[in-house]
Amino acid sequence: MENWQTKKTYIKKFSEEDCAVYTQNLSVFYGGTIQKLFDVSLGFKKNTITALIGASGSGKSTFLRSLNRMNDQVARVDGKIMFHDLDVNQKKINVYELRKAIGMVFQKPNPFPKSIRENIVYALKANGQQDKQKLDQIVEESLRAAALWDEVKDKLDKSALALSGGQQQRLCIARAIALKPEILLLDEPASALDPVSTAKLEDTLKQLRKKYTMVMVTHNMQQASRISEYTAFFHLGHALEYDTTTNIFTNPQGEITERYIQGSFG
Amino acid sequence: MNSKRNDRIATGVIYLLVGIVILLLVGIIGNILVSGVPHLSWHFLTSASSSFEAGGGIRDQLFNSLYLLLLTLIISMPIALGAAIYLAEYAADNWLTQLIRTTIEILSSLPSIVVGLFGYLLFVVQFGLGFSIIAGALALTFFNLPTLTSNIEEAIKGVPQTQREAGWALGLSNWKTIRGIVLPAALPGIITGVILSAGRVFGEAAALIYTAGQSGSTVDYSNWNMFSATSFLNIMRPAETLAVHIWKVNTEGIIPDVNVVSAGTSALLVIVVIIFNLGARALGNWLYKRLTAAKIK
Amino acid sequence: MAKKEQDLQEVVEQAIAQQKVPHVKFKGINPRNIDIARLTKPSKETRQERWGKGLTALAIVLIGLLIVAIIGFVGMHGLATFFTDKVNIFQFLFSTDWNPGAGPKHVGAAAMIVTSFAVTLLAAMIATPFAIAVALFMTEYESGKRANLLQSVMELLVGIPSVVYGFLGLTVIVPAVRTIFGGTGFGILTATLILFVMVLPTITSLTVDAFKAVPKELRKSSAALGATRWQTIFHVVLRAARARIMTAIIFGMARAFGEALAVQMAIGNAVLMPYNLVSPAATLTSQLTSQMGNTVMGTLPNNALWSLALLLLIMSLVFNFLVHLIGKKS
Repeated sequence: MENWQTKKTYIKKFSEEDCAVYTQNLSVFYGGTIQKLFDVSLGFKKNTITALIGASGSGKSTFLRSLNRMNDQVARVDGKIMFHDLDVNQKKINVYELRKAIGMVFQKPNPFPKSIRENIVYALKANGQQDKQKLDQIVEESLRAAALWDEVKDKLDKSALALSGGQQQRLCIARAIALKPEILLLDEPASALDPVSTAKLEDTLKQLRKKYTMVMVTHNMQQASRISEYTAFFHLGHALEYDTTTNIFTNPQGEITERYIQGSFG
Repeated sequence: MNSKRNDRIATGVIYLLVGIVILLLVGIIGNILVSGVPHLSWHFLTSASSSFEAGGGIRDQLFNSLYLLLLTLIISMPIALGAAIYLAEYAADNWLTQLIRTTIEILSSLPSIVVGLFGYLLFVVQFGLGFSIIAGALALTFFNLPTLTSNIEEAIKGVPQTQREAGWALGLSNWKTIRGIVLPAALPGIITGVILSAGRVFGEAAALIYTAGQSGSTVDYSNWNMFSATSFLNIMRPAETLAVHIWKVNTEGIIPDVNVVSAGTSALLVIVVIIFNLGARALGNWLYKRLTAAKIK
Repeated sequence: MAKKEQDLQEVVEQAIAQQKVPHVKFKGINPRNIDIARLTKPSKETRQERWGKGLTALAIVLIGLLIVAIIGFVGMHGLATFFTDKVNIFQFLFSTDWNPGAGPKHVGAAAMIVTSFAVTLLAAMIATPFAIAVALFMTEYESGKRANLLQSVMELLVGIPSVVYGFLGLTVIVPAVRTIFGGTGFGILTATLILFVMVLPTITSLTVDAFKAVPKELRKSSAALGATRWQTIFHVVLRAARARIMTAIIFGMARAFGEALAVQMAIGNAVLMPYNLVSPAATLTSQLTSQMGNTVMGTLPNNALWSLALLLLIMSLVFNFLVHLIGKKS
């Protein structure tokens, strides 16, 4: 085992204006003392897809979930998360508003056991949006944006659980988009899907790239290389390397990065 | 070879003991039903009980049991639901939660006679309510709360964490997520839990003999004014339930047909418990299927 | 045909173009402009959260108050015997002279304490082997439909009201005991047999849980060493589940100790030191049940009964404590 703590890191920096969100020395502790993330400082460029790669337990998911404060209940998060010049990792921050601005899609599709329409409008209604026409419009727009409209437009009032796994996942994306966030966090969004569904999902994400900043955790190297512009490599809680996806995959600077990528590409 | 023989002996002993238990089970349930069901006539269910003659029915006791059950559920549901939500969703993993859980365990293991006597002390004596339905319903609530709370908590915990995360990620408050997403998904389990606890409440007597009392008053089933003394809905009147009735006729033994009345009432109680038991599961399963109907691919 | 269709379409298109059919302009969905100021202000959600947490915590507080009130009230009245009526606590615990109407020198609960423990221990002793056998049958011998059926029937047994058990005891066990042993048929034996049936499902289902918690690998490795099924059960399963079986038995005992009506109907209710198993006796619960209505609030006989209730409460706490102790040890 090499001593990764002394390894040099290769982190690409963007100017602050270019970033939709960036972190400064983000550390995460579970159960008070167990540190899962060590001083990670990464910035994510606007309107790009950034892939977070690394082995299981490397901290990439922990990092992702910290960005919209989903770790609040289970862990202590130290450091800064800068969003529109505001450190959103503070106690006084309204996490509900934050999560409406930074949406999230999870590993396993998790639609509510309600109708397709209700899945999308539920949060909007909770926000006080009651205008039926407006809601209908958002339903259509967000489903179109998630490339699901044509498949479900005739069964909007059917249960969302009747959809296939891939459709459910795109519904979850539509549900997140309906709140008009700036950033989408994707936690291994395709890991529970078959290849055809995955391809469709990737197409959808490529479409969305024009408007949204996306950060995506993935185990799948090919997927990272297919759709992301930038890639960050995590190892045992450290961000070791961050560069354009092309550079990471063709010319990794770090030894561990290189071994991981070669091993994974097999 | 010795070990082979031991194995055979042990197997034999286990099967023998299990056989005895099965005989016991069949014997008990069979005895109750066989000796009681023949007495369950329409007349028995719909006529008033008699205090010293043979041939009395159990109309008032049946109504009182149902009425007390209803009131108990109305009072205990919101408290148990609140407590269960707190324990399942909000409680942090610390000493305070541990203390709360221990408290609920203690409450659930208290002998029901102690709960009943506490109800007697507080409501019947201290608050001067006298033997009354409301005192009985409150005592039954105390008796029911811990079971109901843990049943509901189980149901809530059965909802996948991914559903909660979905709600939080949309900027919903934890409370809105619980109310709008977790509770509807937990509904089948909650209903099963409520009905199962209702079965226990329905047959409970020890908590009632010193709270709701051991005798009924004359009630008028056409008087719908809750505040009239003779109304069947009056919650201040004393009321004897089916279970208390069995106990009373057997310990006082004034009526000549004690065994007939007790056997019939016992059979009725057991049948109701069986219906509650089976019904709880069936209804829970049915609701669950309806809720996730589309999942069958 | 094809030509005709083409013509038709052209005509329609022209018509639409001329009429300028108003069509919905589809803008597509976009990120909104985030209002950063809102991120630092409380919102509707913040209020909802406070409400929800407060409301549910209130329910917890109510339950907490309830348990405090129960212990407080029963404790207050139960201790009055010793503080107001000056009954000696050792006399209460060890004297068998129970006649509180005759004054504070005659408040001895030993007969009832002994009887309560006797029926509890005997019932647990009889029930345990049966419970273990049934639990083994359901986990080690059968696991399919038959085990499930047995389990459902056992669960049904838990649901049968205790007065029904008491009535069964009166009509079945009392005459049987009377025929076999003579006497009245009421007594510790009758009460024990009823309690045995009542605690059997409790102990069984907890023991089943205990066996199910034993890892499958342990059984497999034992079998791989050539052990017979019984050797595996005896040396591996029973040993691994020991603590939880103890817990199961204690839960059963707690239920037996606190059971009131079924016991009261079958034990004969005579406050005497039991000298055999078939003479009438009285437990703490049976005495409480039958006498509470016959005493006047605040008098010594009444306070003495509350002392019995306090003793029941304390025993219930002790059983709880034992369960925790065993849970912590293992």
